[in-house]
Amino acid sequence: MAPIPQHRPTSTKEAAELFKAATADGLTVAIRGGGTKQDWGATLEEPDLILDTSGLTGVVEHAAGDLITVVRAGTPMAELQRHLAPQRQQLALDEPLPGATVGGTVAANTSGPRRMLYGTARDLVIGMTVVRADGTVTHSGGKVVKNVAGYDLGKLFTGSYGTLGLITRCAFRLHPVPEATAFVRARVRDVAGILAAIRGLQVVPSAVEIDSATSEVAVLLEGTAAGVRARAATVATVLGDDQAKPDWWGTYPWRPGDTGIKVTAALSRVPALLTGRVGLRGSAGTGVLYAGLPADTPPGEVARTLDELRTAARDAGGHAIVLTAPEPVRERVDLWGPVDGLSLMWRVKHQFDPDGRFAAGRFVGGI
Amino acid sequence: MVAGIDALAGRLRDAIGAERVITDRQELRTYECDGLARFKVVPALVVLAGSAADVAATVQACADARVPFVARGSGTGLSGGALPHADGVLIVTSQMRRIVEIAPSDERAVVEPGVINLHVTRAAAPHGYFYAPDPSSQQICSIGGNVAENSGGAHCLKYGFTTNHVVGAHVVTPDGELVQLGGRAPDAPGYDLLGAFVGSEGTLGITTEVTLRLVRLPETVRTLLAAFETIDQAGAATSAIIGAGVVPAAVEMMDALAIEAAEAAVSCGYPAGAGAVLIVDLDGPDAEVEAQFAQVLTLCAEAFEIRIAAGDAERALFWKGRKSAFAAVGRISPDYIVQDGVIPRTALPEVLHRIGEVSRAHGVRVANVFHAGDGNLHPLVLFDDGVAGEAERAETASGAILDLCIEYGGSITGEHGVGMDKTKHMPRMFTDDDLETMQLVRCAFDPHSLANPGKVFPTPRLCGEVPGRHRGADQHPSQEAGLAEIF
Repeated sequence: MAPIPQHRPTSTKEAAELFKAATADGLTVAIRGGGTKQDWGATLEEPDLILDTSGLTGVVEHAAGDLITVVRAGTPMAELQRHLAPQRQQLALDEPLPGATVGGTVAANTSGPRRMLYGTARDLVIGMTVVRADGTVTHSGGKVVKNVAGYDLGKLFTGSYGTLGLITRCAFRLHPVPEATAFVRARVRDVAGILAAIRGLQVVPSAVEIDSATSEVAVLLEGTAAGVRARAATVATVLGDDQAKPDWWGTYPWRPGDTGIKVTAALSRVPALLTGRVGLRGSAGTGVLYAGLPADTPPGEVARTLDELRTAARDAGGHAIVLTAPEPVRERVDLWGPVDGLSLMWRVKHQFDPDGRFAAGRFVGGI
Repeated sequence: MVAGIDALAGRLRDAIGAERVITDRQELRTYECDGLARFKVVPALVVLAGSAADVAATVQACADARVPFVARGSGTGLSGGALPHADGVLIVTSQMRRIVEIAPSDERAVVEPGVINLHVTRAAAPHGYFYAPDPSSQQICSIGGNVAENSGGAHCLKYGFTTNHVVGAHVVTPDGELVQLGGRAPDAPGYDLLGAFVGSEGTLGITTEVTLRLVRLPETVRTLLAAFETIDQAGAATSAIIGAGVVPAAVEMMDALAIEAAEAAVSCGYPAGAGAVLIVDLDGPDAEVEAQFAQVLTLCAEAFEIRIAAGDAERALFWKGRKSAFAAVGRISPDYIVQDGVIPRTALPEVLHRIGEVSRAHGVRVANVFHAGDGNLHPLVLFDDGVAGEAERAETASGAILDLCIEYGGSITGEHGVGMDKTKHMPRMFTDDDLETMQLVRCAFDPHSLANPGKVFPTPRLCGEVPGRHRGADQHPSQEAGLAEIF
């Protein structure tokens, strides 16, 4: 079979021309950034062309005094952070899969432990340039943090998995790199009691993480040197004085080729989820957890486990979605599960991509 | 149209009760404007919704009859977002003011749209939590309006805007269906329709129940008031604070004219002779606040007087002058326009000089009150409507200030919304393609353009045929239209 044509535009304009031509020819399109999450979402039918964003790179602007940056979407996250670091600033968004680009991070809406304090991509994006499926170039938001002019389309494109168009540029609000950081961790038995006790403290953690494989809870504190010292001491009254960073911190509990599941829950229900037979790791501070099942787990068993997780998550006010899975599992399970508002989502998709040419079938409900 | 409205009124009386349907001309006039009182339109009909079912039944009836509807909460919005439609129904949600649940262990509150912003914090505080977005109008503005306008407030510098604190909403879509967006847990699968809905100014539907994020109360709050001889010095101090990596809960600035007005209105007792005052709130854990407070004091060294609030009472006094500033200018001017624009924070000193030039060029006084930390300006353009031509000059000066915001790469609105007031400015910030793209979302939610038509967009887009195959259980949020906050 002939390889799928790859296109590597070096500007928004070039991408727009490409999409106009693809529209005229009725070609289907898939987008690739760093390639760290190509296996996420439902399996795509083979696209007619792949748009590679590795030519759309570079920091366009870093206004340190205004704590904002404008960056092209193909820029690796690590490169952006390196660019910001000399001014002691950061995009406060974790990178769970090293090698990810800015655009891929936003399009797949990945997040890590620090979402507890800083929020996720939707909270940090202040402006966006997108090339629509038909090649129309469009902007929303701007370069200032406070702005309510027009619809906030940056949020709509965040987490849209390339089904609405191509993100070519993002403006972000930035945060100062903290002067000091500290971890406090412990193996715990009474998870509910410990999490409630941490919630009761007024120490403003940047993250509260849990890992059921090690039975550990770990808290991240960031701030001034004196402040972090005092706050870590306060947390130590609950967790003890082990201040080593856990080696599982900020990583997904699965390897390439495994099944990876994201489970969300109301905060008070996080401990109940942990009593299931599947190990979970993630943000106990926000109710966003992850489970991994080895690649050789029989698909039937994955399906049963997923059912259990879905039931538990639903009872906890959340969802369980499969982010990635080996092919036999994909054939067996519904990766996304039930979705509220699906018919409205279809209407949005239809407006942006009426012919269903962009990442068709990858997203919720077959979008 | 009148016959159509009569039929609609009849259907609504049957569906939700006659006491909830207002048709009396005098009573209708009560609702002719929101907080932007220079626009007035008497609605054809007013519905006082008492429940989600009332809202859904009303919107459904409007959809069937192709009659436009406008949502309204407390009516405090400053951009005319809740300005009624002459041939349409005004759906008032202010009677839906039940706090459904305060769930501290989930850090969530569930409220109806008519609940007053401040009441959420009052209900959460005994549990050790608060609701962070705090528009100046928080004692009267409603959560539904906050959702529509994506309201901000002084403390959004640190805590973010309404959109960062709304995690779920029940929404009646413009075709009358009740849908759930988001939920109690984060990251609901699918498109972030909630993110598009918040701040859509009532053009995508009406919210009937909102799930809010609650934030743990800070251990310590410290507030200082610094008086500077010049506004440039105050601006430089603000930049130095932010540049040092400190994220205060709020940094607010007022210039001499705004101070004069506040003194006249509420006798806030700010230091005499100040060209500008800064109010800085720091909050958080004791040890952090102590360290940062010392830093901020150093960075405000150019101030000729610094006062440190000794407690809640004095803090409230510092804030009283600031929070009353809009109304206060009524003491020094018979009429005024409240402007709302945003610039990059670092451009502050330059833009303030340019505003001074605008003021002199048009012969109108401009008082400046603003959220200095995030570059959100609220110039108050003073005029006397009794003097021929002055209102026009004030309007021109006000527009010229927005020009400056655009010129410096900012925004035409930071928190009051576009509403009716600023639709004409939208094409200066966005291209035709940008506006058309936003309206793709509008078409997905509201193909017949019945939800708050004429707001936000200068030119409505025709939506074309709606595909039937995916219609079904939609949902949609919107809240009531327009109550921007006052800040």
